[in-house]
Amino acid sequence: MTFDLEFFNIGYLDTLSYRNSFVHRLDPRIKIIVSFIFVLFVVSFPKYEISSLIPFFFYPVFLLTAGNIPLKAIAKKVFFISPFAVFIGIFNPLIDTGTLYTVFGVPVSGGWLSFLSILIKYVLTVSTALLLIAVTSFPGICEALERLKLPKVFVIQLLFLYRYLFVLLEESLRMMRARDARSFGNRGKEIKTFVRLISVLLIRSIERAEMIYRAMLSRGFRGEIRVLRRHRINVYDILFLMISVTVFYLFRSFHLVNLLGETFSRVLR
Amino acid sequence: MSHHIVELKDLHFLYPDGTEAINGITFKIFHGESVGIAGANGMGKTTLLLNLSGHLIPTKGEIDIGEVNLTKKTRHEIMRKVGFVFQRTDDQLFMPTVYEDVAFGPVNLGLTEEKVDERVKSALDMVGCYHLKDRPPHRLSEGQKRAVSIATVMAMDPDILIMDEPASNLDPKSRRQLINLLKGFKHTKIVASHDLDLILDVCKRCIIIREGRVVADGPAEEILLNKPLLEENSLELPLSRQHSAVRGPF
Amino acid sequence: MHMADALLSPAVGGAMWAGSLGTIIYCAKKLRDKMDDKMIPLMGILGAFIFAGQMINFTIPVTGSSGHIGGGMILTILLGPYAAFIVIASVLVIQALFFADGGLLALGANIWNMGIYPAFIAYPLIYKSIVRKNSSNTAITIASVLSVVIGLQLGALSVVLETKSSGITELPLDTFLLLMQPIHLAIGLIEGFVTAGIVIYVRSLRPDIVENLEGVKTLSAGVSLKKVIIALGVLAVITGGALSWFASTHPDGLEWSIEKIYGKPEIPDKADSIKEAIGKLQEKTVILPDYSFPAKEGQEEKTPSWPAVDTGTSFSGLLGGIMVLSLVILFGLGIRFMSKYRAKT
Repeated sequence: MTFDLEFFNIGYLDTLSYRNSFVHRLDPRIKIIVSFIFVLFVVSFPKYEISSLIPFFFYPVFLLTAGNIPLKAIAKKVFFISPFAVFIGIFNPLIDTGTLYTVFGVPVSGGWLSFLSILIKYVLTVSTALLLIAVTSFPGICEALERLKLPKVFVIQLLFLYRYLFVLLEESLRMMRARDARSFGNRGKEIKTFVRLISVLLIRSIERAEMIYRAMLSRGFRGEIRVLRRHRINVYDILFLMISVTVFYLFRSFHLVNLLGETFSRVLR
Repeated sequence: MSHHIVELKDLHFLYPDGTEAINGITFKIFHGESVGIAGANGMGKTTLLLNLSGHLIPTKGEIDIGEVNLTKKTRHEIMRKVGFVFQRTDDQLFMPTVYEDVAFGPVNLGLTEEKVDERVKSALDMVGCYHLKDRPPHRLSEGQKRAVSIATVMAMDPDILIMDEPASNLDPKSRRQLINLLKGFKHTKIVASHDLDLILDVCKRCIIIREGRVVADGPAEEILLNKPLLEENSLELPLSRQHSAVRGPF
Repeated sequence: MHMADALLSPAVGGAMWAGSLGTIIYCAKKLRDKMDDKMIPLMGILGAFIFAGQMINFTIPVTGSSGHIGGGMILTILLGPYAAFIVIASVLVIQALFFADGGLLALGANIWNMGIYPAFIAYPLIYKSIVRKNSSNTAITIASVLSVVIGLQLGALSVVLETKSSGITELPLDTFLLLMQPIHLAIGLIEGFVTAGIVIYVRSLRPDIVENLEGVKTLSAGVSLKKVIIALGVLAVITGGALSWFASTHPDGLEWSIEKIYGKPEIPDKADSIKEAIGKLQEKTVILPDYSFPAKEGQEEKTPSWPAVDTGTSFSGLLGGIMVLSLVILFGLGIRFMSKYRAKT
């Protein structure tokens, strides 16, 4: 059942996000900014770039290891989803067939290079997004968004969504199980049944929202919700920001990989 | 806290779709009393509680809470006096962490940050959950959620505590802890429940509702051991008394 | 389909983020003024509902494969454009973070693609003009199907444009369109019927809900035609702007000093080929719907210029790459070891 898998998967990432490690303790604003800059640098590479992308793996690896995140959890998600990027990228080798380089006597076309580049960019960016949430609790991210001046309505609503995500997922999981227990093969999974199920879920959700609103009123709610500010930027955050951005810049502007390779191949001779 | 009376005078409530939920209820509750409300499903218990806590305004009749009459204008004042613990804990705990949920009330009361912190700590200590203050609610067990819900209400320092099915979904140990907790509260308590054993344990008085009307109102010990009365109202003897039924005066 | 970071360039990604953020701020402002407090928990719950709903699959008739709802349109019908856009954005945020669906940069594009068209084009222009307070089931169905289909078509088109203007894929425009549009037409039809089904069924069970929500909605809906035209204009400007900026400056947009270091003339080449590609693109879109696929289209896909700088397949590139990878792995293992060590002591 993919639902079960997905459900427990988010649950797992969510649990990981509440752990305590150096990376977890970094200010969420900094983590968001650094990760975003990271992605910008990565995608700014031209389409045939491969080797210069490799050093960028330092960042996700750092988050993973310093954050004590199990590799399997992230790797599974990265490779398991059949992404749009790969689906589109696969056409490149079919279309761009001019040989760009010869590796050990084997001609490699531009298309394969750009496809590989896409794959690497994909792994880098997607793992970073996952790791971001793995080392930052979602309420932390929301707090960061608010302090980064995103509208409060948006942030509060994000928090509510998060709060009730698991609750509603469980409800719909129960519904699905009930349905599957009484369907055979594909019968029972028709659209008509689906519409009934989901409409009931919708009505229940709306009624729940009404109860929550009442609960809010009983505790004096008059329209304003305060988002708790638990984080303060400290020296480590600034250092992290500066070091990361500098390193990214260096990796992007200098072909360190090639330099390294050249130096070594000279040494070898 | 002065003497608080809850007084209902011929309360009627009609839902917008025409369902008559309350058809004339009258009773008085005195300061410090613990009252259980029993009755079959759909008989008006929840509606009654919603009226008592200011969420619904009577369509006819009056409700006075601590000498304040419930009207559209006074409902927020009433809500502040009455702590309502909802049936579903998930409806009550809507903030990202326990601390923020318990702080929600005091913050809305306009208290300073220190005072809010004080209230949160004492409310959580009262229910023994201070160590959970940074947890998100979806990572709590049902018993913990129930305890925290009570804390969210207690942090407002209410005069009256109203609870709708407080022991539903609780495992036996949590249930016992809840009962002990409630017995320790000196507030005026109104508890609606199917769990007649809980009412027997926690409340001195019991009111039975049927079809939106009061059909019995008296000491819990008498009412809840009156087998014919209970069965008339689609109820049963409390489980703990089922082997030693005592015939009441009826 | 969700856009992915790997297919975007910084310029296009940035432009879409600007558009989405601007819209979020605009919607928030509208809501702040007119919104009923009740909306706050409702919006969050409906966002969670969409997630929960997306998890339930159903069998698509004829093909037998399984599908699930998107939800943009049903949200707009229930909440009105402003609130719905914000909810759609939130759903995408969670998908980007927890499901790695799309990516941090692509999030901006995804919010735009999935949010703007249902909320600010399909709903006001199509749905609202067909459906009134007591519309028949047929009216609702027609309105839903049309709205969803058009919303998805526009969304898919945006994905294509964003990808092409980022210059990462070799796929020719018409092939790309041929891939995306028909699939989304089919998806749109199904989701349109499902959306209609939900609205109709909910209305039959709880007419007060649909009415009430509509009441809540009228506070924030009522998008005038003028505003829609402005919105469309903004959209045109943003996409046009991104594309032309692209053509006129360095395609990288960030002016990386590759050539400054190595003195290779790669960038001007690229700019030319892209300029040409964009020119063809604009030519083609102008001819819509009398689409002709010019025979000279092969030129658009002329074998890309040679980035004479390393592409990692020269020997030193390979060697260097392997070395760096090993360094990365060592680095990672080192940290793991250190934290385990610290944990033990």
